[in-house]
Amino acid sequence: MRLRILQLSLLAVLVLAWYLLTKPGLVPSFYFDQDNRAAFFFGEPQKVFWVIVDWFWSGEIWGHLGVTLLETALGFAIGSVFGLAMGLWLALSPTASAVMDPYIKGFNSMPRVVLAPIFAVWFGLGIWSKVALGVTLVFFVVFFNVYQGVREVSPVLIANARMLGASPRQLLRSIYLPSAMSWVFASLHNAVGLAFVGAVVGEYLGSSRGVGYLILQAEGTFDINTVFAGILVLTAFALLLDGLVGTAERRLMTWQPRASETEKV
Amino acid sequence: MDQRVRGPRQEAILSALNGIEAPALAFSGVTCRFAGRDGGEAYTAVADTTLRVAKGEFVSVVGPTGCGKSTLLNVAAGLLAPSAGTVEVFGERLVAADGVNRRAGYMFQADALMPWRTGLANVMAGLEFRGVPAGEAAARAEEWLRRVGLAGFGDRYPHQMSGGMRKRLALAQTLILSPDILLMDEPFSALDVQTRQLMENELLALWAEDRKSVLFITHDLEEAIALSDRVVVLSAGPGTRPIGDFRVDLERPRDVSEIRMTPAFLDLHREIWGVMKEEVLKAYQRQKAA
Repeated sequence: MRLRILQLSLLAVLVLAWYLLTKPGLVPSFYFDQDNRAAFFFGEPQKVFWVIVDWFWSGEIWGHLGVTLLETALGFAIGSVFGLAMGLWLALSPTASAVMDPYIKGFNSMPRVVLAPIFAVWFGLGIWSKVALGVTLVFFVVFFNVYQGVREVSPVLIANARMLGASPRQLLRSIYLPSAMSWVFASLHNAVGLAFVGAVVGEYLGSSRGVGYLILQAEGTFDINTVFAGILVLTAFALLLDGLVGTAERRLMTWQPRASETEKV
Repeated sequence: MDQRVRGPRQEAILSALNGIEAPALAFSGVTCRFAGRDGGEAYTAVADTTLRVAKGEFVSVVGPTGCGKSTLLNVAAGLLAPSAGTVEVFGERLVAADGVNRRAGYMFQADALMPWRTGLANVMAGLEFRGVPAGEAAARAEEWLRRVGLAGFGDRYPHQMSGGMRKRLALAQTLILSPDILLMDEPFSALDVQTRQLMENELLALWAEDRKSVLFITHDLEEAIALSDRVVVLSAGPGTRPIGDFRVDLERPRDVSEIRMTPAFLDLHREIWGVMKEEVLKAYQRQKAA
């Protein structure tokens, strides 16, 4: 509770500083030669606030936000499933892993944002080019974690399951998959964030809907308050998504010991 | 031979013959060589080992640390193919490439429970793999949890249990399948002395119910004598082989903590330790040199 108060106080101080430094004529300008320049470059918090209120009041934002979140969700889901499947396959097949190794490394080192124009050409300016960008970002995070996770399954655990009569299929289902899932969840916070980045960057580079598009439009007319409003809305929803992942993780990973938990004997 | 004239003597001979005909587990001339690390020399863990475990017999194998005891057990489980020699299970040859030894249950030294399954689900695993319907498997697992003294702990995850509870869970997980052969690799070595003696007594009680064949690996001679019908001593590695085979004629049922005080136990201990001591020292010197 005390922590929350401190956190909120910090926010209040930051917003107040922002307000004081940007309000034209309030504080004598010490950097810009004109009073209204600070507001032009940094926006004004009360105006940003009213832009956000107006967006939600008029309902204008919902369509854009819905598109961005849909792109995020699709990019995240498709990328995770591909990453999981590919990770399992390569971890369990040494030959495939050896063959694919240089390609995986190559694709991973490539700055994937440069693929955005290509995806725009391939998939058009609708949601799928953004989903594709999200997928390329999410895929590698999940893939590497699953790959690592499967290869680090304790050999004793596998031997035990085999002695208990598990077939290769059952071994996959009851040993490799659950073991990989714990690694997937470890990477999930990262993956959701990247899917979000993929969606917004994709929109920013060419689109007709989405929060990234709103920001792009506002930037075109030097409407810095709207740019900041878009950034703040995105941040809030990124936090919300992260919270959702955290909740899902706590629900599904009850079997994992937590550091702070005492051992019940 | 006529049924009527078959006396107790003949019965004994016949049953002895049966024991010879189909031992539960028979190693003949088993050798295990491992490729050396970084292209180094190949390491012979087990050399030319011949060992039999009769049906219903509790055999302990003792030897210094790092002498290849676990290797022997992995060969018996069908997890590892020997470089030379054969293993027969009730007269049938075991080929590791065709799969594991289906008549054996294996209790590992390390924790082998699935951390993402509750206690009950862990005990059920073997039945599940064999296609037993979930309801029936759960009922039988509950029964086994009760038998190992974990009734009411079925919904806990392994990390919420103590070391002793986890070992009992592993025991239930193995025994629920009612394997004809029980392979145990220092199962209680990680436990404290008190818990360990409790577990040893529980194991003996469970074993007495249906007398499985047991191959029990340990480095603790006292534990070996207290539990077994026979104690086999292995030489120090590399090239481990049996160098002593002792019959333990202590009466059953036994209490492992009390039997340790009896003169018969102490005599046996002295006798076997006489053979084992030199090997333990050899292993120690070798480890120090390495």
